[in-house]
Amino acid sequence: MMEEYPIELTINGEKIVSTAKAEESLLRFLRRHGFYEVKGGCEKGDCGTCTVIMNGKAIKSCITLAGQANGKEILTVRGLEKEESGRKLQESFVQHGAIQCGFCTAGMLMTAKAYLDENHQPNKVEIRKAISGNLCRCTGYKKIVEAIYAVAEENQKSK
Amino acid sequence: MSEFKIVGKPIPREDARAKAKGELKYADDFSLPGMLYGKVLHSKYPAAKIISIDTTKAKQLPGVHAVLTARDVPHNETITRFGQSAEVGKGFEGLYRVLADKKVRFRGEAVALVAADTEEIAEEAAALIEVNYEPLPGVFDPVEAMKPGAYLVGEGDSNIICKFGCSQGDIKKGFAEAEVIIEDTYQVPFVDHAYLETEGGVAWIDEKEVINIRVGSQVIEHFRDVAEVLGLPHNQVRYIGTMMGGGFGGKEDITVETYLALLTWKTKKPVRLFYTREESILCHSKRHPFIMHYKVGAKKDGRLVALEAELISDAGAYPYLSPWVNLYATVNAAGPYCIPNVKINTYCVLTNNTFTSANRGFGAPQPNVAYESLMDELAYKLKIDPLEIRRKNCITTGKSLSTTGQVFNTYVALPEVAEKAWKALGETKKVEDKNKRIGRGLAIGLMSYGRMTFLHDTSRCYVRLESDGSVLIRSGIPDLGGGQVSLLCQIAAEELGVPMSKIRIYYSDTALTPLAGTTTATRQTYMSGNATLKAAREIKKRIIQKAAEMMNVNPEKLVIGEEKIIVKYDSAQYLPLLEVIKACNTEGIELFCEAQFKGPFTMVPDLSNIRGTIFPDFTFGAQAVEISVDIETGQVEVLKLVTCYDVGKAINPLSVEGQMEGGSIYGMGYALMEEVVMEKGVTLTPSFSEYIIPTAADVPEVEAILVESGGGLGPYGAKGIGEPSCSIIAPAILNAIYDAVGVRIKSLPATPEKIIRALKKHYFEGR
Repeated sequence: MMEEYPIELTINGEKIVSTAKAEESLLRFLRRHGFYEVKGGCEKGDCGTCTVIMNGKAIKSCITLAGQANGKEILTVRGLEKEESGRKLQESFVQHGAIQCGFCTAGMLMTAKAYLDENHQPNKVEIRKAISGNLCRCTGYKKIVEAIYAVAEENQKSK
Repeated sequence: MSEFKIVGKPIPREDARAKAKGELKYADDFSLPGMLYGKVLHSKYPAAKIISIDTTKAKQLPGVHAVLTARDVPHNETITRFGQSAEVGKGFEGLYRVLADKKVRFRGEAVALVAADTEEIAEEAAALIEVNYEPLPGVFDPVEAMKPGAYLVGEGDSNIICKFGCSQGDIKKGFAEAEVIIEDTYQVPFVDHAYLETEGGVAWIDEKEVINIRVGSQVIEHFRDVAEVLGLPHNQVRYIGTMMGGGFGGKEDITVETYLALLTWKTKKPVRLFYTREESILCHSKRHPFIMHYKVGAKKDGRLVALEAELISDAGAYPYLSPWVNLYATVNAAGPYCIPNVKINTYCVLTNNTFTSANRGFGAPQPNVAYESLMDELAYKLKIDPLEIRRKNCITTGKSLSTTGQVFNTYVALPEVAEKAWKALGETKKVEDKNKRIGRGLAIGLMSYGRMTFLHDTSRCYVRLESDGSVLIRSGIPDLGGGQVSLLCQIAAEELGVPMSKIRIYYSDTALTPLAGTTTATRQTYMSGNATLKAAREIKKRIIQKAAEMMNVNPEKLVIGEEKIIVKYDSAQYLPLLEVIKACNTEGIELFCEAQFKGPFTMVPDLSNIRGTIFPDFTFGAQAVEISVDIETGQVEVLKLVTCYDVGKAINPLSVEGQMEGGSIYGMGYALMEEVVMEKGVTLTPSFSEYIIPTAADVPEVEAILVESGGGLGPYGAKGIGEPSCSIIAPAILNAIYDAVGVRIKSLPATPEKIIRALKKHYFEGR
């Protein structure tokens, strides 16, 4: 049996004290602890479906070891609601029809959130580049880009 | 009723909010106490004899609960079905084999199953199974496989699994009349569905000894097929379909359900089994590659007089839905054109490649590549505008399909959509880079929606108006992400005059929801939409009848809306819906209804000359692109993409646009980047690092133009759009490449390498 190490991290504001196997990915750790909203699409960093935010940065949890998240703050799509910027993105995705099968949505929202936190005035081409690490097979991306752009525009106006 | 309150409005889908919040539970987001982990051992050879299988070591590993081979499967060989209940005969139903027996036919074929306490133990146990193979030569090219004396993939005496034909007029006479003849061969590759959610699910046995399978499936009617594999009565297997993380035809065949059922049946414990991405690409179905020889003859003014085509497709190692896919290809082979003399022959052939089956478009996108490229070639040769040549030849209202002769009595939008798509490209973009050449391409097409009429398709839906004015729907409809479930809610809300927020729907459960048929063939808006409409209208009729009595007016004077029963043209006179419901309940008037909608029924056609009505109806569309080609690198960039379809009626414009935009990009991947590369049966593209699909950075500006003729067979005149939306973008792009740099790419995908090679040939050797 593989050895397990103690791990302590915050997920969506909640402290989790547990153990992780040395080679366990953060994706598997999260799902093992019931955070089913984090999806796996390829488990090798190609598709971005498993994206979460770790200490403010969007990361692919399938190629991040659980151990690397020790002492860190993780935000998943279920934690988005607690922040206004997250809620706005979720609602914009809903209103723009940016969600079809929804399997990429959780990761896409996390990438968008981390990106908009850092970039306040992106144009649509920049948004396309920013989310190009997150695959979507259903939408053709148009409505996703529009949904993110609408939030960026609204943020600008309210400033 | 002309004024819609909910239908036709771009409203958020019923499932959108749960998905945005991460609350929706997909197949894998579920576990049960004591759950075991299943693993499949796949063949490492594409063709081999199985001399022996020794499972002793695997069984001895602590934590292993079951190791199964073909010998342990009660009925290892049945037939491939996809939910049909009508008899269709031997021409369509191929062998379905659960686990490889005696001989393996493709690399990745399931040879054994394991269930263990953890995923790691299951993997270790699978590795401990000793399979003694004797490799066989195999055959990997369908043309080779057709030849007499070729290696036989299966147990039959030929690799050809089906042969279809259809013809009209006199092909010899047609070509004799032609003033221009073009002949060419086009080729299209294996393609993966690349849904982000791989195949998988969880199964368990309940207290009634029923095997429950919670799985993402487009065809929950496979419960019958699974029951037959186990030798159980049909009602002892239950599918609980989850919202899928994409389907695109890849979850139309049985994926892992038989494995799950067998493992849970043998161990009497819950079992989870999910494919890795690599397994999904290696072991499950692909889109059929086709080799297509075409010959087209026309008059100098561009009028088509003859078209002859021979289509050869690669079925891979097992038939699955190959006959059906090839039937679609045959029907689509002459495109949306009026051609007096036509002859089509289609062959589908077994090889030792990964098996092929349904993939969005189901046999239509392949021939479209060939005939639309040839139309373009013809236009250039005769110096006719690409739009003009299509307008001159396309089917119009009252004309018939040149393959089957099926007559179109409702509006045929082809001239309209072609013109709209082409014109919407607007001003030509200016590009600074001197290596970049701009080009434009157009393609038009038709594709059926609804199942083949000889399958005798039906759908059922149950609707109930609750005593508090809320509505409950139960429908077996599977949702692969297209908004199928939400659509039914919208129809019920419209008909019963209640807001979307008052609708609750239960879906995709073979035990508890009325069977609505498969989410395939672009059929759910049409079939289940109509079933829901029928059920809701029946309840509405009873409500209005009661209200008319209560108000002492003629029921024809009443309409329903905003939770009221209102006198037409006098909105001050109304009864609250709740009051009428109360009255109905007091008198025992039924405010529930299970309705069935039936498509048109026909007989199985003569497969050597398929004529007459094969499909209920068709969707017509056009796609136009503007691209740039870098003559130094061969890189194609799609700058603008216009997609224009007559959708009949857009019940939810957001969802329809979503299909049209997403379908376009699905087709763009087909055109420019996607190919499952197989070398002697070995897949060289087993992950998204090698199998490249479009990212947000690759996509152009997409403009979706919706034409709403109201001429469809669906509710409110709607047509289907899911599959048609992706089926003609590839030839539009190929035509634009020709327009830009003068080379015609005849095999997909049009990679930079192919374009550079063609350019070199073009410049140095002449064409």
